[in-house]
Amino acid sequence: MPVLTYLEAIRQGLWEEMERDERVFLLGEDIGVYGGAFKVTEGFLERFGEERVIDTPISEAAIVGAAIGAALVGLRPVAEMQFIDFISIAFDQLTNFAAKCRYRWGAAVPIVVRGPCGGGVHGGPFHSQNVEAYFFHTPGLKIVEPATPYDAKGLIKAAIRDDDPVLYFEHKYLYRRIRGEVPEGDYIVPIGKADVKRPGRDVTILTYGWMLHKSLEAAEIIASEGIEVEVVDLRTLLPLDDETILSSVAKTGRAVIVHEDTRTGGIAGEIAMRINERIFEYLEAPVVRVTAPDTPIPFSPPLEEFFLPQVEEIVQAVRWVANY
Amino acid sequence: MEEALTPKQLLDMYYYMKLTRLVEERLQRLYRQGKIVGGLYRSLGQEGESVASAYALEEGDFLAVMIRNLGALFVRGVRPWEIFTQYMGKGTSPTRGKDNIVHFGSVERGLIPPISHLGDLIPVMAGIALASKMQRKRSVALTYIGDGGTSTGAFHEGLNFAAVLKLPLIVIAEDNGYAYSTPKHKQMAIENIADRAIGYGIFGETVDGNDVIAVYQATRRAIRRAREGLGPTLLEVKTFRMRGHAEHDDAWYVPRELLEYWQKRDPILRLETYLKEHGLADETTFEEITHRIEQEIEADLRYAEESPMPDPQIALEGVYAESPSVSESPSISRESEVKARS
Ligand SMILES: Cc1ncc(C[n+]2csc(CCOP(=O)(O)OP(=O)(O)O)c2C)c(N)n1
Ligand SMILES: [Mg+2]
Repeated sequence: MPVLTYLEAIRQGLWEEMERDERVFLLGEDIGVYGGAFKVTEGFLERFGEERVIDTPISEAAIVGAAIGAALVGLRPVAEMQFIDFISIAFDQLTNFAAKCRYRWGAAVPIVVRGPCGGGVHGGPFHSQNVEAYFFHTPGLKIVEPATPYDAKGLIKAAIRDDDPVLYFEHKYLYRRIRGEVPEGDYIVPIGKADVKRPGRDVTILTYGWMLHKSLEAAEIIASEGIEVEVVDLRTLLPLDDETILSSVAKTGRAVIVHEDTRTGGIAGEIAMRINERIFEYLEAPVVRVTAPDTPIPFSPPLEEFFLPQVEEIVQAVRWVANY
Repeated sequence: MEEALTPKQLLDMYYYMKLTRLVEERLQRLYRQGKIVGGLYRSLGQEGESVASAYALEEGDFLAVMIRNLGALFVRGVRPWEIFTQYMGKGTSPTRGKDNIVHFGSVERGLIPPISHLGDLIPVMAGIALASKMQRKRSVALTYIGDGGTSTGAFHEGLNFAAVLKLPLIVIAEDNGYAYSTPKHKQMAIENIADRAIGYGIFGETVDGNDVIAVYQATRRAIRRAREGLGPTLLEVKTFRMRGHAEHDDAWYVPRELLEYWQKRDPILRLETYLKEHGLADETTFEEITHRIEQEIEADLRYAEESPMPDPQIALEGVYAESPSVSESPSISRESEVKARS
């Protein structure tokens, strides 16, 4: 099976969807001639032409708003945010327009809004954020964040084919650092399905994005102490896959939730609540979380490293729940 | 009525332009040596408009720069060590490593730092101008926007708001040909950004951005109107971005002829020619100024290089006026971890 980087897998998924369905088109800043700030859409303009690969003005509200309009009348737009931090400008279009169309008047808004998220590259407070929590609170949206090339390709295809608005977050730290086997041709990773990336019986780690890789490292370290960790990659954040989450935690009785996003109001809180409500009597230890602290993400390397959850912190948390 | 510049003022502006260029050249070397963290955004070719517009301000006025306005910061008192430490992420930087590049400032110094999100400064600077008016002060607010940045909703909302309230706001719109890889004609369907002024009912003017005297005088006119209560000005400067968007970008998409055209109109060379032709300076003057700048840069760079990186604990500080206790999981404590690491 061919081995691709995470970035190449996204590109291949987008490419195949554009080949398959002529209603699919791309719009965003510097995505055509330049091929995108991170080169995800390199070569698309040459293959698909200016009508389907649109270089737009710097107008995130217009990019998303226009995507919504085009989607309402039958097209399948994929909008790029140059950095996901800039999605805040399109917040209103997403949370008030896109998310509420189906509920209010039964209209489908099959858009995908994708872009690079996350830290680790010293991007500073405005080029490193994780924005899922802002949208996690909005019924009507779906949110996915792949961690592997296989999932990246399968999820972009699922997102494009989905009949509801999907936010697709790509972790920029993984773009060129993570490689993996990716089948040629068509396959889908269903939205709403988590994936057990490492089976284990003692402790469950629930995570996604870059933190999947840190969690797998932590699981490897802790295995030498005889603690078998099950690592669940959420992949879809909205809607959460309760079945996979709850059955894993019911089995191990111990859960650590790991996310790169900040703590208060982060997704970990909601997951812990669901565990508490549904399978409390299976728990052997309190559910704990490893997250970034409640601050903006700082720029300078020592500060950023301190801010980001590290493998050692995950190891400590797993040890703590295992020995509780 | 044109405000004439004295020879001293012209040489002052020359100093700031040259300082900007030499600091950036130094940054470029540091960038290649891997000594700066993150990207490097140059203002090569745009030093003139940044310096001349800021030079037109007076004490008590407010300035908010964008990425290509390093020169404006120098005019308002910023020193090279602040820039070097910001780019290196040092603990002695104005933000103590929390933010980078020209993202720093202080209200006392009249410097409002940008966020990365283009356009957002314009409503904020309208607010500064509003407060000036409400507090019966003379201060004006001046900020910049790129040709690309004018496509944002915030640009429109901020200008319209300032227009309706007749606020003392000056927006310098920098037409430098490109927004990242996107040429101006894909950003707007008009030739001159200043044409938008009429739609807001405010003053608009387009000047040659590489002619520092023209930029200075146009900014003075805008400031005078602002202080007289005649409202905002959209002042467009025609210039050119002579490097890529940032140093990682070799700008292959910019036609060579355009660069050659603008190279001949370099603002520093033009000011040198002017000064020589008017008998206000000669090569020795320029060499002396350059030599002085080089010494200043060396001293400031040494300080920056010798400065320590920030203490990790700083990451947790300053989110609120008073630090709330940090919510930690029972399994790990960042506070104790810092102690363990240090
Ligand atoms: C709202 C927003 N969208 C996207 C970006 C990413 N971005 C940073 S600079 C830039 C181009 C800016 O062009 P322009 O406004 O012309 O300024 P110049 O770089 O030419 O000085 C882009 C797209 C951003 N900073 N803010
Ligand atoms: Mg520009």
